[in-house]
Amino acid sequence: MGKPVAMTGNIAVANAMRQINPDVCAAYPITPSTEVMQQFASFVADGKVDTELVTAESEHSAMSACIGAAAAGGRVMTATSANGLALMWEMLYIASGNRLPIVMTVVNRALSAPINIHGDHSDGMGARDSGWIQIYSENAQEAYDNLIQAVVIGQHRDVRLPVMVGMDGFIISHSIENLELLSDQEVKDFIGEYLPLYPLLNIKQPVTYGPLDLQDYYSEHKRQQAEAMKLAKPVILKVAQDFAALSGRKYGFFETYRLDDAEMAILTLGSSAGTARFVIDRAREQGVKVGLIKLRVFRPFPMKELQAALGHLKALAVMDRCDSFGAAGGPVFSEVRSALYDLSPHPAVVNYIYGLGGRDLGIAHIEQVIRDLQEIRQTGCIRELLTYLTVRE
Amino acid sequence: MATLKELSKREELLAGGHRLCAGCGASIVVRQILLAAGRNVVVSCATGCLEVSTSIYPYTSWRVPFIHSAFENSAATVCGVEAMYQSLKRRGKLPVDEEIKFIAFGGDGGTYDIGLQSLSGGLERGHDFLYVCYDNGAYMNTGIQRSSSTPLGADTTTSPVGKVIPGKQQYRKDLTDIVEAHHIPYLAQASPHNWKDLTHKVEKALSIKGPKFLNVIAPCHRGWRAGVNQTIELARLAVETCFWPLYEVEDGKLTINYKPREKKPIIEWIKLQGRFSHLLKPENEHILRRLQEGIDAKWESLLRREGEK
Amino acid sequence: MQEITEVRWHGRGGQGTVTAAKIFAETAMSEGKYVQAFPEYGPERMGAPLRAYNRISTKPLSLHCQVTNPKIVAVVDATLLGSVDVAEGTAEDAIFVINTPDDPKKVRETYRIPHGSIFTVDATRIALETLGKPIPNTPILGALARVTDTISKEHLIEDTRVNLSKKFSPEIVQKNIEAITRAYEEVRGE
Repeated sequence: MGKPVAMTGNIAVANAMRQINPDVCAAYPITPSTEVMQQFASFVADGKVDTELVTAESEHSAMSACIGAAAAGGRVMTATSANGLALMWEMLYIASGNRLPIVMTVVNRALSAPINIHGDHSDGMGARDSGWIQIYSENAQEAYDNLIQAVVIGQHRDVRLPVMVGMDGFIISHSIENLELLSDQEVKDFIGEYLPLYPLLNIKQPVTYGPLDLQDYYSEHKRQQAEAMKLAKPVILKVAQDFAALSGRKYGFFETYRLDDAEMAILTLGSSAGTARFVIDRAREQGVKVGLIKLRVFRPFPMKELQAALGHLKALAVMDRCDSFGAAGGPVFSEVRSALYDLSPHPAVVNYIYGLGGRDLGIAHIEQVIRDLQEIRQTGCIRELLTYLTVRE
Repeated sequence: MATLKELSKREELLAGGHRLCAGCGASIVVRQILLAAGRNVVVSCATGCLEVSTSIYPYTSWRVPFIHSAFENSAATVCGVEAMYQSLKRRGKLPVDEEIKFIAFGGDGGTYDIGLQSLSGGLERGHDFLYVCYDNGAYMNTGIQRSSSTPLGADTTTSPVGKVIPGKQQYRKDLTDIVEAHHIPYLAQASPHNWKDLTHKVEKALSIKGPKFLNVIAPCHRGWRAGVNQTIELARLAVETCFWPLYEVEDGKLTINYKPREKKPIIEWIKLQGRFSHLLKPENEHILRRLQEGIDAKWESLLRREGEK
Repeated sequence: MQEITEVRWHGRGGQGTVTAAKIFAETAMSEGKYVQAFPEYGPERMGAPLRAYNRISTKPLSLHCQVTNPKIVAVVDATLLGSVDVAEGTAEDAIFVINTPDDPKKVRETYRIPHGSIFTVDATRIALETLGKPIPNTPILGALARVTDTISKEHLIEDTRVNLSKKFSPEIVQKNIEAITRAYEEVRGE
C-alpha cells in the first residue's frame, strides 16, 4: 500500500516526475499545466532531482528541445495545455515520426478563440492523429499512475513512441483529492534504466536523424509507425498488469462499470466518468439497467475490445468533451460508432457534446442522458443523433 | 590554430556526393567549419538547402551525428541535445574523457526570420553551443523568396522587380547586432573566402563555454544570378566593399578582423549579380545610393566602436 | 448523497480562502475521510470575490461536478453578504459560518437568509489580535470545527501545526493555533 496523501492533479503529476527523475525536461508555462513544471522546477532547485531543466521560450521550442534531448539518448518529459499543445503541433509529428519516447502531461483545456482556460478535450483530441499514444485520466490518482506507466510503455522496444497523458484542466489539475503515491524506489524499479537507441551522443557511431524521406521510403516509415501503434496494445496491457501487481490498481484500455447486465451505457473519458458512475448507481437503485465505459486509451484505439464489450447493449451514449466541427459528431463518437458498425445487431449510438470550456456536467445532465437512452431502448428510435448537452439554445 | 596544411590533412566530415549545387557557398562554409571543429561534434540543422541536399534517405553526407527536426528550431533542437549531454555527463552515463561540441546550422530564413525566437531563447539560456547562420540572403531552398536578410533593392520571387516596385524596398535586418544584444561570450561575422579567419573563429568559438554565434556569408549563384565559379569572388567582394565586414565581439570587445586598404564601392559587388541588374539603370540610382549609405553607416559605426574600446 | 458533506466557501482573493478549503480537506483526510477541495478559477485578482468548495465523505468520492447544494457555507468576508447570495442552493438544514462582528440574528435580518443555522465569529479581529494580519482563514476553520461534525478541533490544530511548520517559525504556528482556539470559543449561534 502506498502512502495516502491529499494533493491536486498537478502536484501529483509533478511528484510522479520527481520519482521518475527524467534526464531532461523542457517546458513552457501555460494555464492550467503551469503548476506541474513550477513544482518540478522547485524539485530541481532543491536538488530532489538532478534533471536538466530547459525553461524554453515557447512550447514550440520546448518540444523541439525535447526532441533534440530524446534523440541525444535519454529520458525526456514535459507538460502543456491547450494553445501550448497547439503551438507544438508541428513538433508532435516530428517526435513520433522520429520514434522518440517523450512523455508529456497534457492538462486538457479548451482551445481559443474565444480564449478560455478551463477543461475540455479540444487540445488532446486535435492531436489524436499526431502519432502519440494518448491516455486519459479520471482523477489525480489516475494521472499519477498513468504517467508512470507511460514512461514504460513509450520506451518499450516494440513501441518507441511518445505518450501524452491527459487530465481535465482545473477539475482534476487544481482539485485536491486523496491518492496514494508509490515509494520513490518502487517507481525507480518500475521504470527501470533507460536504454537509448541510436543516440546522437554516441560520436563513435554517427547517426543522422530527420533526413529528407521521399516517395521511395516515406510510406514504409509511416507504415512502421502504424505498426508500432499496433504493437503498443499488448505492451499497454502488460505494463498495466505489472502496475497492478505493484499498486493494486487495475488499468486496461477502458474500465467498465455495471456493464455486464446493462442494456444501456454511457461511454466517456476523463473526470466526467466519476460523476457518471455516481448517477448510474442511483439509476440502478431505480432498476434502470445502465452501465459505464470509461475510455482510458484513445490511441491506439481499442476497436476490437470495444466491440466485445459493447455488443450486448441496446443503446449507447458517447460523451465528447470536444466538438469536431462539421463532422458526424465528436471524435470519440465517430470512432466508437465506426467500431460498432461490424456488429449485427449493434447498439443504437448517440452522441452528446458537453462541458466545453469547463462547463459543468452535473448530475441532472447525466440523468437526462439516461432518460434519452431509456426512450431509445423502448421505442427503438433515435430522435437526436447529436445533442449539445449543457448548452443554452 | 590549425594551419592550412593541417586542415588539408584532416578528414572531410561532410562527404562529397551530396546534392547541393556546384559552387554552393553553404557547403564550402560547412566543410571549413567541420575541418576546424573536428570529429567530436553533434550538428543540428534547420530545414533548408543544406539539410535537404545532404541527408536524402537512405544516404547521408554527415560523418558526425546530425539532427534535423524542423525549419524554425535548429537552436532549440541543439539546446535539447546539449541539455541531454550535460545531464548524462553529470549522471556518469557518458565517457568522462570525451568532450562533445554542439553546432547548429541554419540559413538566413531559418535564423533571421522563422528561427529568430528559438535562437534568442537558446542564447539567453546560455546553452553551450555554436550557432552558425549561413547567410545567402533569401529563401533559396523554396525558390529565392525574400528574407529579412535580403539586401535593399534585390530582385527575388517575392520582391520582384515590377513595373511599379523595383525589388526589395527595405534594408536588411542586422542579425549580428541583435545577437550581440544577448551579451554572449563570442560572436563574429566571417566569409568562406578567408578560410583562415573563418576556421580560427570556429576554433576560438568552440574553445569558449556558453553560447556562440557566427554569421557567415554564403553566396548562392542561383539566387544572386552570378557565375557558378564566382562564389569565392562574390564573398571576397562582399568583404572588400564592407557589405559584409569581418569582425568579432569577444566578451563585449569588438575587433574588426579585416579592413580593406581601399574600401570598394558597392557597385563593384552589385554589378556581378543579376538580382541587382536593375539598379544599374539611371532611374534606380537612388536605391543604389541608399544601399551605399547603409553600408557606410554600419562600417563607420564599427570603426567608431572599435576605436572606443 | 447523505454520506457526502459539501461545503462552499465565499471569500475575496488574498484572504486565504482557497488555503482554508485545502486545510479543511486535509484535516478531514487525517480523520480517515475521503476529500475534495477545489477553487472556482477565473481571472480573480486580490480583492475580487471567489468561491471554493469541499466534498467530504466516508466513502471514496467520484463526483467531479460543481457543488450546487452545499450543507455548509463559510463566508470569509462579510462584505460579500450584500452582493452574493450565500444561501443559493442550500436546504433547510444548512449551516452558515460567517466572519462578522455582528450576531447571527442581525445577519439573518439584514441579509434575509431564509433558513439554516447561522453562526458568526469576528475572525478578522481575532486574526489581527493573534497573527497581527487581517487573514481570517484560520479562525474561520476553528469556528467550523466547533459548529460542524466534519472536522475536530484536535485534528485541525494538529494539521495546522504540521502544515505551517514546513514554512513558518514556531511562533507563527503557535499564533495560528491560538487563532483557531479563540474562534472555536468565540463563535456564536442564534
